[in-house]
Amino acid sequence: MSQRQIIQVFEQYQKARMQFVQTVADLASRPQNIEILHNAGVMSMLRPLMLDVVPSIQQTAALALGRLADHSDDLAEAVVKEDILPQLVHSLSLQNRFYKKAAAFVLRAVAKHSPELSQSVVASGGVDALVLCLEEFDPGVKEAAAWALGYIARHNALLAQSVVDAGAVPLLVMCLLEPELALKRIAASTLSDISKHTPELAQTVVDNGAIAHLAQMILNPDAKLKRQVFSALSQISKHSVSLAELVIEAEIFPAAVACLRDPDEYVKKNVTTLMREVVQHTPELSQVIVNCGGMAAVIDYLGNCSGNLRLPGIMMLGYVAAHSENLAMAVILSKGVPQLALCLSEESDHTMKAATVWSIGQIGHHTPEHAKAVATANLLPKLLELYMDASSSEDLQAKCKKALKSILQKCTYLPGLEPLLYDAPSNILKHVVCQFSKVLPHDSKARRLFVTSGGLKKVQEIQAEPGSPLQEHINAINSCFPEEIVRYYSPGYSEVLLERLENYQPA
Amino acid sequence: MAELLQIKSQVKEFQQEYVDKNSYAEENRQKENQAATRIQSWFRACKVRAYLSHLHKQAVIIQKIWRGFTARARFRQMVKAAYFIMKMNFYEEMAVRIQRRWRGFFVRKYIHNFYARKSYLEGVSQKNELVRQELDELEELQKRERDCLEMVKEQTAKVYQAYRLHHLLSTKQCPGVFNSPFRPAPHEMEQLLRQVKYQAPTRLAHRGRSSLLGMPGPAAPSFPGTPGSPWIKNTRTCSSSRPILHPIACKKEQSQFREPGEVWEQHVHCPDLTLRLQTSHTHLEEAQKQLRQQEGTGSMLHHLSHSRSSFTHPAYAKSFR
Repeated sequence: MSQRQIIQVFEQYQKARMQFVQTVADLASRPQNIEILHNAGVMSMLRPLMLDVVPSIQQTAALALGRLADHSDDLAEAVVKEDILPQLVHSLSLQNRFYKKAAAFVLRAVAKHSPELSQSVVASGGVDALVLCLEEFDPGVKEAAAWALGYIARHNALLAQSVVDAGAVPLLVMCLLEPELALKRIAASTLSDISKHTPELAQTVVDNGAIAHLAQMILNPDAKLKRQVFSALSQISKHSVSLAELVIEAEIFPAAVACLRDPDEYVKKNVTTLMREVVQHTPELSQVIVNCGGMAAVIDYLGNCSGNLRLPGIMMLGYVAAHSENLAMAVILSKGVPQLALCLSEESDHTMKAATVWSIGQIGHHTPEHAKAVATANLLPKLLELYMDASSSEDLQAKCKKALKSILQKCTYLPGLEPLLYDAPSNILKHVVCQFSKVLPHDSKARRLFVTSGGLKKVQEIQAEPGSPLQEHINAINSCFPEEIVRYYSPGYSEVLLERLENYQPA
Repeated sequence: MAELLQIKSQVKEFQQEYVDKNSYAEENRQKENQAATRIQSWFRACKVRAYLSHLHKQAVIIQKIWRGFTARARFRQMVKAAYFIMKMNFYEEMAVRIQRRWRGFFVRKYIHNFYARKSYLEGVSQKNELVRQELDELEELQKRERDCLEMVKEQTAKVYQAYRLHHLLSTKQCPGVFNSPFRPAPHEMEQLLRQVKYQAPTRLAHRGRSSLLGMPGPAAPSFPGTPGSPWIKNTRTCSSSRPILHPIACKKEQSQFREPGEVWEQHVHCPDLTLRLQTSHTHLEEAQKQLRQQEGTGSMLHHLSHSRSSFTHPAYAKSFR
C-alpha cells in the first residue's frame, strides 16, 4: 500500500473521531438526550478521546464532557468515579487556551452539584490548576476558571477556605479590573461566594482591596454586573461592624440609592439587601443611610415590587426602627407604616408576613407617638387577626403576639384600642384594658367617648378572676365612672330592673 | 474614942456600903457600859452623819457647777453645729437649684434636644422628598435614553432592511412592491429605498453598519452625525461643507479562529506533489461529449460559450487549499 493510502486510513479514523465527538457535544446540549447518552456509555467513550493526539478532538471531548456533567448529578459523579479529574487537572497546565476553557468548564460542571463533588475536585488538585489559569492572558480562560472557583467556593466555608488558601483572591481582584464585562461579572460573583461564609474570609477579600474596585463598578450601565457587585458588597458587610464601616467608607451610598430605580429587579433587590446588611449593626450606620435619603427610596421600591423581592426592604425598615426612637420616627415620617400595611395585606407567604409584623413591632414599641402612628394605620386589628388565625404558622403567631404586646404597652390612642376589646383573647385583653385604665382617669372626653361607643358595656361583660391584674384594671376603669352608669351597663341589668318592678308595691 | 468606935462601926458599914456599892456598880456596869457605848456611838454617828451630809452637800455643789459648765459647753457646740448644718442645707439647696437648672438646660440642649430632633426629622422628610424627585428624574432620563437607543436600533434595522431590499425600488416602467398605484402616497419603505445607496458588499460591511446613523431619525438628538455614511445618499441634516469621503479601509478585526483541527490538517496534510494533471488529459473531450448528450435541453449559445471559456488550470499552479 502506498504511503498515501495508509495515511488516508488514519485521516478517516481521525475524521470519524472528530465527527463522533462533535455530534456528542451537540447532542449533549439538549437535556432530553442526556439519559440516552449516559446509558449508551458515553463517559467511558469520551475518556480516551480526552487523551487524543489531535487538540481539537481533545477540546471537543472536554466540551461534551462538561455539558454532560452540567446537566445531571449522576453524570458528574460518573466523571469523578471514572477518574477523569486528575488527568483533566494535569493537562490544564499544559494545553492551549481552548482546552483550558473546556477543562475549566468541566470542573465547574462537576463542582456545581454538591459539596462532595467539589471536595473531590479540590482533592484532585483542581483548585491550584484553576488559580494558575487565572494568571493567563486570555479573558475567556480567566472567566471559565473564575466561574469554576466560584462554584467550588459556594457550597461551604471549608471549600471557600481552600480556594482562598490557593491564592485566588488577589488574582480575582485583578480580574475585576479587566475591561471585559463578562469577566468582571464572574469575578464579582466569585468574590461574593467566597466572602459569604465567615468573617475571616470576608476580611481576606477586603484586605486585597476588593471594596474600592467593587465600589467603582456601581454606576456601570450593565445590569448583571451591578447585581453581582451589590451582592458581593452585601456579603462582605453582613459579618461585622468594622466590615460594614469599611464598605460605607468607600462612599457608595448616595450613588447606590440611584440604583434603586434600575429597570432590573435583581439589582434593586441586591441594593436593598446591601442596605439591610449595613443597617443591622449600629445606629450610626443606619443614620448614614437615612441621611442620604435611602429610606424614601426603599419605601418606593417596596411599593413597586411584589413577592419575595420585598423581604430585604421590609427587614431593613425593621432594623432601622429597632435602633432608636428618632430613627423609628424617621421611618414613620417617610411613610413607612402605610407601605408596611400594604405589604401585610398583599403578601400571602407566612415568612413575609412574619417579617412585616416584626418590623411593625419594632416601629411601634418606642413611645406613644409611634404606637399612635401604628394604630391609626389600622394595623392593630390586623395583627390581632393574624394572631388568632389558626392557619398562621407558629413563627407568625409568636411574632404577632410579641409585636402586639410591645405596641399595646405604649399605645394611648383609644379609638385604635377599642376594636381590640371585642375579639381579643385574655392575654392580649389585659394589656388593652390596662391601657384604658391608664388613660381614662385623666381625660373626660375620652370617658364620654368610651361610654357612648359601647366600650364600657364591653368591659363589664369581661369576666376575670378576682385579684388578677385584669380585674384590678377593670375596677380602676369602673372607678372612673359614677355608680349608676356602671350598674346600668353591667350585664343583666334589665333583669334586675324587672325584678325590682315585680317586687314593687305601689303605695 | 467614941469617934474611933463610930468610925470602926462605920468602917464596917462603910465596907459594907463599899461592897454593896461595888456589887451594885458591878451589876449595873454592863448595862451602864452598854448604855454609854450606845450613847457614844449614837453621838459619833450623828457627828459622822453631819459630816457626811456636809460632804455630800459640798459634792453636790461641785457637781452642779461642773455639769452646768459642760452642758453649756455642749450646748454651744450644738448651736454651732446646728448653725453649720443650716448653712450647709441652704448652700445645698442653692446648689441643687443651680444643678437642676443646669441639668435641664444640658439635657434639653445636648441630649434630648427637641428642636434638633424636630429639625432633624424635618430635614429627613425634605431629603426624602428631594431624593424621590431626583430619583424620578433620573429614572425618567434613563428611560428616555433607553427608548432612544431602542428607536435608533429600530431605525438602523429598517435602513438595513432597505439596503438589503434595494432591488424592490420602483422604476419608471414598473412601480415597486411598496409603491402600489392604489395607495395615495408611497409607503415609507419606498422612501427609504429611494434614499439608500447600494454599495457592493465590501469587507467593511460589519463596521459600516454602525455608521448608518447619519440618517435623519425622528428623535435622535444625541447622535453624532457621521459625515461619510456609505449607505445613505443625500444626508440632509449633516453639513454639506465637509466632502464625503469613502470610509478608511481599516483592517478587518480578527474573527473567530479557525478550528485547530483544520489548521493542523493544513500543516500535516501531505501535499501530493506530482507533475501529472489532477484531472485526466481527456477531460475536455469527455466534457464535450457530455454536453452533446445534453444538447436537446440546452441551447446552442450555452454550448458555444462553454467551448470558448473552458480550459483547465494546471495542477501545479494551484496553491494549497
